[in-house]
Amino acid sequence: MTQKLLEVNHVTKIFRIGGLIRGKKLVAVDDISFGIDAEKPVILSIVGESGCGKSTLCRMLLRIHKPDMGDIVLSGNSYGDKKDYDPTRFRLDVQPIFQNPYEAFSARKKVDTYLYNTALRLGIATNRKEADELVDETLKSVGMSLSVVKDKYPTQFSGGELQRVSIARALITRPKLIIADEPVSAVDASMKMNIVNLFKELKDEYNVSFIYVTHDLSTAYYVSDYMATLYRGSLIEYGVAKEIMDNPAHPYTELLVSAVPRVGEKWDQELVMPDLEEKEYAITYCKFAPRCPYSTEECRRTRPEMRELGTRRVLCYHPLFEGTVPRAL
Amino acid sequence: MLKVENLSTSYKTIDGDVHVLKDLNFEIYENEIFGIAGESGCGKTTLLKVLYDIIDFPLKIDGGRVLLSGKKNGDSFSYESGTIREAWWKNISYVPQAAQSVLNPITRLKSQFLDSIPEEEKKNESKEETLERVAKYLEELSLSRDLLDAFPFQLSGGMRQRVIIALATFMSPNVVLADEPTTALDVVVQRGILMMLMRLQRELQNTLVVVSHDMGVHYQVTKRMGIMYSGSFAELGTTDDIFDDPIHPYTKMLIGALPRVGDKSQKVGIPGRPPSLTDPPPGCRFAPRCPHPGEICGRDVPEFREVRPGRFVACHFSEKVMSDDTKASGS
Repeated sequence: MTQKLLEVNHVTKIFRIGGLIRGKKLVAVDDISFGIDAEKPVILSIVGESGCGKSTLCRMLLRIHKPDMGDIVLSGNSYGDKKDYDPTRFRLDVQPIFQNPYEAFSARKKVDTYLYNTALRLGIATNRKEADELVDETLKSVGMSLSVVKDKYPTQFSGGELQRVSIARALITRPKLIIADEPVSAVDASMKMNIVNLFKELKDEYNVSFIYVTHDLSTAYYVSDYMATLYRGSLIEYGVAKEIMDNPAHPYTELLVSAVPRVGEKWDQELVMPDLEEKEYAITYCKFAPRCPYSTEECRRTRPEMRELGTRRVLCYHPLFEGTVPRAL
Repeated sequence: MLKVENLSTSYKTIDGDVHVLKDLNFEIYENEIFGIAGESGCGKTTLLKVLYDIIDFPLKIDGGRVLLSGKKNGDSFSYESGTIREAWWKNISYVPQAAQSVLNPITRLKSQFLDSIPEEEKKNESKEETLERVAKYLEELSLSRDLLDAFPFQLSGGMRQRVIIALATFMSPNVVLADEPTTALDVVVQRGILMMLMRLQRELQNTLVVVSHDMGVHYQVTKRMGIMYSGSFAELGTTDDIFDDPIHPYTKMLIGALPRVGDKSQKVGIPGRPPSLTDPPPGCRFAPRCPHPGEICGRDVPEFREVRPGRFVACHFSEKVMSDDTKASGS
């Protein structure tokens, strides 16, 4: 068996909403499993609409939340195993990049303090001089340099530049895994491509895998190797990104892909908007059935099991695409 | 119709004036969807504020004006900067950026609707009758009438956005300005909202101005569009023309950098950063990032001129680009 960098095994997170007596449960992440191989770095996109559990999943990977069920294993070390947990080691291996760089950096602190703190406090550099070199080198790999960044405040940068600095900060520890939660949604169109291109370059250069959480499917298509679609907390489709987006198997993935405002192909048909969301978390049958144009009796009775279709996994009774042959409709 | 004449505005700051809009001249016609694209800080929102006449300190009009004219129920009207406020709701309405957070979260929607409808519009009817009209209108937009009894915090972001659009269009204004109507929403909801805006425009036959930084949105929604760069338009024309045959180098690069589903070829973003508006470079403001600037670009500000009927470009070399393009496609 090949060594895995990250294994997510049947992870579930349940939040309680409201008080102890009248409160209800909301299953934010529902029995999700996937893995990333250690040998070759990959970019895995996690896509889905707001409230589908993308961010909760990320937080669990970053150990901000503890999963209620299931387990996450990073390079053989389980998150549940408290005895062997070494916080410094963990922070060296896994680093986050946040959505809005202006919010990630305090407006009253100089940007370079973050870079130095990461280098010095995690013990990567032992003195200021070593840190200088390390910071400069890392900044250069994202197309900036220490002389540009030194003594500046976040507001003196454009969104794209500041996001590069936050990528550089994450890179200082030479992590194995970077978790980027919507890293380009606050960045301008002209800069967006520079950032996602940077992910591609860094993946090979630093041998780092990325988990790229987004709802921008066009950049996900451009940059990622694998893709996971989430819906109401469940993983509904997982596989090679290009294959999934070229031929979605789950009706929800199809809906997502068709809703991208793409250039070169105009929308023609009207779209039915869902009215109600909260109930769907509690549904005992297929969560997508109320919105699914292809749903049948079976879908409204029991929840489907994860099925393997060639290289991908789909959570659907009637996938639109089986193995290599698209299903005739 | 909205007509902008020689408009220049600036923000007063401690470090001096920031000239955000510079000598804008353009028209937005009746019964069309007009798009305004550009990166953050290029003046999109400032332009909308001036169009809607929300001119508060530190924003100031240095010169020029906005004309709003047209016909409603047989009566023609005409307003200009300074008096456009009188036309609010009736002739022009505004869906602000982050519209999801403009509703008061702890007041029921019905009272917010009642507060927003001008007094003269509801003077001959009781509160219940007005609410009945609102409820009917919501149903037309395939929203539930129960929404009126809901508090905004109970609704999702997309639902709140649709309620705001319903509120803005309730009086069937001649012009609707929408500032980034779908940012912070996911693609499926985004598509629903854009389709709702398009349907409303088709039914009302009015003018819809959509500001967005997402070029895909412009392609799908707008008929004509303008691309702003650093406080003025770089290019303006019909949307299809701009996408098929961009002339300004900025537009070319912007469209070339668009990621597309189904296309994994290497794309590059635009190098450099937008110029500072406090201290803009002399001449063409795009010159420092332009792939092939000429000598004149660093010296003279290019004129925003009509290079083809209905197509305006602010570039010294637009004729050269156009002839190069025809040569390239001919060979």
